[in-house]
Amino acid sequence: MMKQNGLKIAVIALGLTATACAPKPKDLPPPPGGTGDAGTTTGDDTGGVGQTVVPGSRADFLQKVASDRILFETDSYTVDAEDRAILDSQAAWLLANPTVTVTIEGHADERGTREYNLGLGDRRANAAKNYLASRGVPESRMTTISWGKERPVALGSDESAWAQNRRAVTVIPQ
Amino acid sequence: MKRLTLAALAAVTFLIAPAIAQEAGQTQQPATAGDEPPPLEVDVVGGISAPMPIAVPYMPTPTSVSTEAGETGALGRQVAEIVASDLKNSGLFTPRGPAGLPAISYPQVTAPDFGYWGGTGAQALVQGFVQANANGQLTVGCYLYDVYAKSELTRQGYVVAPRDWRRAAHKCADSIYARLTGESPFFDSRIAYIAETGPKDKRVKRLAIMDSDGANHRFLTNGQSTVLTPRFSPDYKQIVYLSYVDKRPRIYIYDIGTGKQRVVTESANQTFAPRFSPDGKWILYSMSVGGNTDLYRVSASGGGQPVRLTNTPGIDTGGSYSPDGTKIVFESDRSGGQQIYVMDADGSNQRRISFGGGRYATPEWSPRGDLIAFTKIAGNFRIGVMSPSGSGERLLTNSWQDEAPTWSPNGRVIQFFRTGQGKGGKSTVWQVDLTGTHERQIPTPLDGSDPAWGPLLP
Repeated sequence: MMKQNGLKIAVIALGLTATACAPKPKDLPPPPGGTGDAGTTTGDDTGGVGQTVVPGSRADFLQKVASDRILFETDSYTVDAEDRAILDSQAAWLLANPTVTVTIEGHADERGTREYNLGLGDRRANAAKNYLASRGVPESRMTTISWGKERPVALGSDESAWAQNRRAVTVIPQ
Repeated sequence: MKRLTLAALAAVTFLIAPAIAQEAGQTQQPATAGDEPPPLEVDVVGGISAPMPIAVPYMPTPTSVSTEAGETGALGRQVAEIVASDLKNSGLFTPRGPAGLPAISYPQVTAPDFGYWGGTGAQALVQGFVQANANGQLTVGCYLYDVYAKSELTRQGYVVAPRDWRRAAHKCADSIYARLTGESPFFDSRIAYIAETGPKDKRVKRLAIMDSDGANHRFLTNGQSTVLTPRFSPDYKQIVYLSYVDKRPRIYIYDIGTGKQRVVTESANQTFAPRFSPDGKWILYSMSVGGNTDLYRVSASGGGQPVRLTNTPGIDTGGSYSPDGTKIVFESDRSGGQQIYVMDADGSNQRRISFGGGRYATPEWSPRGDLIAFTKIAGNFRIGVMSPSGSGERLLTNSWQDEAPTWSPNGRVIQFFRTGQGKGGKSTVWQVDLTGTHERQIPTPLDGSDPAWGPLLP
């Protein structure tokens, strides 16, 4: 898969093969295609992969980067080494496509109160944004939005679902 | 008689006159009982006990008249049903009737057949009537009797437009509740909440309002934009809430009369968690700037510069004014996890008040001022109350996820929403009283969350 290739490249570049194998909850596989989408209101629509891709498009982004999202521990907004590898691949793509603007969505799992989770989602989106900015992506190309716990990608009430929902997603316009 | 202190918790709930077994003709009062028999009263914050049996027969009409709300005799039957339902839902009463009770005549409204009612086991009796006036309005009469003392406790008359007939019924129930409990009334009030449909990842959320018993339900927004956390203005003319319209989470004020909405404060940043001040002049809210969330306030009438109230690193949100407007309770994770803090309304004197195990969120100051309700996160999400100094913590519910308490106008009942687990888990609106024993679901046409109870209707 292209996404796995991208991940491998990023990991090798940073010499982080050891962490990539760590059995952390964050290493859960992505949700199966077609079931984890949040419709048109959020950026979890990954359709278009595998078809002819237009350079600079969302499909192009999703093919080239290690992942469009980073995942967080409970009540955390820490960007760890694995997240940095993902964001490095995003930054490389964004620097190669300098006209594209992005929205970074911050999300929380359901096991928090609604308003606090809006603040937490904002923290997570800004953590991703700040890292991308540190890699040279102009802040003027990035906006953030917090969805709190309003748009989960995994619908279960278990640790595996919550781990997928604690995320910051970099969304390229369709 | 004041029974509002926690010290009274162990008191028996019903302070029914021990002298009620006296014969009607008995003229000698026991020397120790004073001049009058002890009053018929109900204790709202008392311990577990049986609710008071109260008879509520159908209410007659002196003359059958067709009104825009229906025929007056039919209205009398419906008013009695609402009164009985309100009293039952308070958890403090077991109404007898109106179905199954004998019909009473109009003259009997003020001359009850105490002999009959005494044989039914009812300790109190509600009678009333519905009358159409020449000017097109309705008069709803409402009488409360002590069955054993054979005496009238209170009488009220409500003159309303026919379309407001349900309000007259709630006011009747309020007068009975207030007379028998010594508490302030609360039935004649409304709820704003979020109506929900669809799967959890594509939830459609609509702003909706309803009477305190779920009647007169109305959707205010169409669901195209996600909306959250509504609050009524003190005069019920506006609702402040969060909307994702234009994919920007910001605070809006919805004008119920015109159906129009406006942004409360222009900002490129996310604004959320809005609350009216008790005088309706200010909106207290949270704003996130670069990942840091603080509390602000801004004029509710538009214009003016926002005033920042907190500036500590962390998420400060969930602000709620004390009823006199001089203090604000809020949650902050500045110490690590979410905890509850109190400060003066200008942001000074911030101090933490929650110190139990787990996290504390969504504080709401009681309209009486005596308690703060909150969500406690320690395994389950539970609704609890504590004093404004943080003492006397009591948890009232225990379910997987109960969240976001809102107070009845009299500060004796709390509504909240309950979320079920998993893919099919629904959100539903519930209420519980301060004893924690009277818990029930509020019926809504769709799923519901974020209830916000308004004050007593003006």
